[in-house]
Amino acid sequence: MNQSGKHSLRVGRISHSPTLLCIVAITKFIEWERFSLAGKEPSAENNAVVPAPQFSARTSKLGDRIFRVLTLGAAFFVVALLVLLVYELIKGSDLTLAKFGVGFFSSKTWDPVTQIFGALPFIWGTLYTSVIALIIGVPISLGVAIFLSEIISRTSRIGELLSSIVGLLAAVPSVVFGLWGLFVLSPFVRDYFEVPLHVHLGAFPLFKGEPFGLDFLTAGIILAIMIIPTVSTISMEVLRAVPRSQREAMISLGGTRWETIRHSVLPYARSGLFGAIILGLGRAVGETMAVTMVIGNDPSLSTSLFHPGYTLASVIANEFTEATYPLYVSALVEIGLTLFILALIINIFARLLIWRITKSSRVRT
Amino acid sequence: MKLAEMEQTDKGANFENRGAVRPFQTQPKLETRNLKAFFGKTEAIKGISLAIPDRKITAIIGPSGCGKSTFLRCLNRMHELVQRAHTEGEVNLDGANIYGPGVDAVAVRRKIGMVFQKPNPFPTMSIYDNVAAGLKLNGVRNRKRLDEAVERSLKLAFLWEETKDRLKEPGSGLSGGQQQRLCIARALAVEPEVILMDEPCSALDPNATSRIEQMMVELENEYTIVIVTHNMQQAARVADYTAFFYLGQMIEYEETDKLFENPKMELTERYITGKFG
Repeated sequence: MNQSGKHSLRVGRISHSPTLLCIVAITKFIEWERFSLAGKEPSAENNAVVPAPQFSARTSKLGDRIFRVLTLGAAFFVVALLVLLVYELIKGSDLTLAKFGVGFFSSKTWDPVTQIFGALPFIWGTLYTSVIALIIGVPISLGVAIFLSEIISRTSRIGELLSSIVGLLAAVPSVVFGLWGLFVLSPFVRDYFEVPLHVHLGAFPLFKGEPFGLDFLTAGIILAIMIIPTVSTISMEVLRAVPRSQREAMISLGGTRWETIRHSVLPYARSGLFGAIILGLGRAVGETMAVTMVIGNDPSLSTSLFHPGYTLASVIANEFTEATYPLYVSALVEIGLTLFILALIINIFARLLIWRITKSSRVRT
Repeated sequence: MKLAEMEQTDKGANFENRGAVRPFQTQPKLETRNLKAFFGKTEAIKGISLAIPDRKITAIIGPSGCGKSTFLRCLNRMHELVQRAHTEGEVNLDGANIYGPGVDAVAVRRKIGMVFQKPNPFPTMSIYDNVAAGLKLNGVRNRKRLDEAVERSLKLAFLWEETKDRLKEPGSGLSGGQQQRLCIARALAVEPEVILMDEPCSALDPNATSRIEQMMVELENEYTIVIVTHNMQQAARVADYTAFFYLGQMIEYEETDKLFENPKMELTERYITGKFG
């Protein structure tokens, strides 16, 4: 009795934080709305120093107001949706929150048979595969972006063809990537990368264990392919937005094409490029189907690239139908909550970093 | 009359440049021969031959769209960077054609620097790094040499006193006029022989403008300067020689005083008296 009381207290404390966050978000939004009102109306008055009668009352004012209310409603709807979502996630995971508390996030065991649930292997799997995806995908994406924006002309046929093909890559359904990963990529990676690496460098912890092909590495490669369209398209836009004067400055100093890109274009675009990478990371963290099909589905904390793993998203997709008792369902919902929090942390972290980068290099106009 | 003269130039012209318009006696630093510049099929510069004196300031004036900026950008091979743009004719730096076969445009630009219309410091670099950027491209890593070059360039650009205590701060924190002087210092740091200035003061207030003009007069002892300007008074104030361009052709090129006081061509006179432009 006493025990459960303690737990419910803990529930209260945990369920507090996201709710609080949403409340903060809403108040911020209201503040912003008020601020934008305050900012606009006096300036409008200032502009019309002597309001001539024919300019004062206009019929379109009603339309403006309706438009404002409609857009405001839409904006609040999104906020409300988010609040509701978080609320449902917390409510749905109350059983595991009560039973395991914060320990859920640090526990290594996931055993539906003995009814012990911990999220750590999934957090690890999600982060590990995402990092592999970034390490492989980002250089390729940046290469594509630099090629499209700097090397070939913007109006050339090859450029247009290439960028639309990159766009098409984004349109391939995730399950198709998964199938391809399972039947083509996985055996290929196993036979041509993993086996030789394991044979020659098996002593390193990274290459330990018998390679099966369904593991962190394959999942990371699939994810890398899936984030390339996102990262390269946004990076390309960011690079194209770099003013020509910045390039010309470096060229006029006697910079070669590469030096100009390296010392002028990339530094100028760095916060935007970072944003592109974070969006890619967001996609990698949340990607479900393709990863589920190639990661091997084993909740492990292995550092070996060749070890099967599991991610937050894929355990939900895989086990929801098998969750036969309430605690199991609750654990899966809490996995969803964890995924949400992880995405939130990544976003906050990214914003802080972008803010720090741009703070030091704001151009005075 | 000069147009006709110019059209005859180029072919077979020997080293002693019979054809290029040259209102001075010394050996020219830069000399164009029948220089043509194109944007796609449009001819923006229609065969200009003129000689630019060593260690003097030469101004190019003319109404908008007359091709003066394009001409300037041909002088250090920046024009060809624009999509579908190309150049014909010759530009000789100390007698060597910078458009000759096997000439590396990058090497040309290290000798012929450029300052642009809008100040364009590198926003992610400190003041120091902005000035040192060109030297670093040339592989200078020696800290002492860099320090010296940065100090020398900033002094030449009249910016040393204002920035010596904050060399590590970002260049974008400076005022517009200071930023433009920073860009000039950056161009000077690589020790070019010629400096091209494309309306360097058009984005600046009169005070900042006069500081830059003052600086140009000082620089004249060491550098050949070509300045494109919208502002005829500016040309009259700083330039030793002035060329008047109109619709992609050079109408008149003379000593500045002569051009402004006693223009030979009617078009020039009408322009400098403000009857069109």
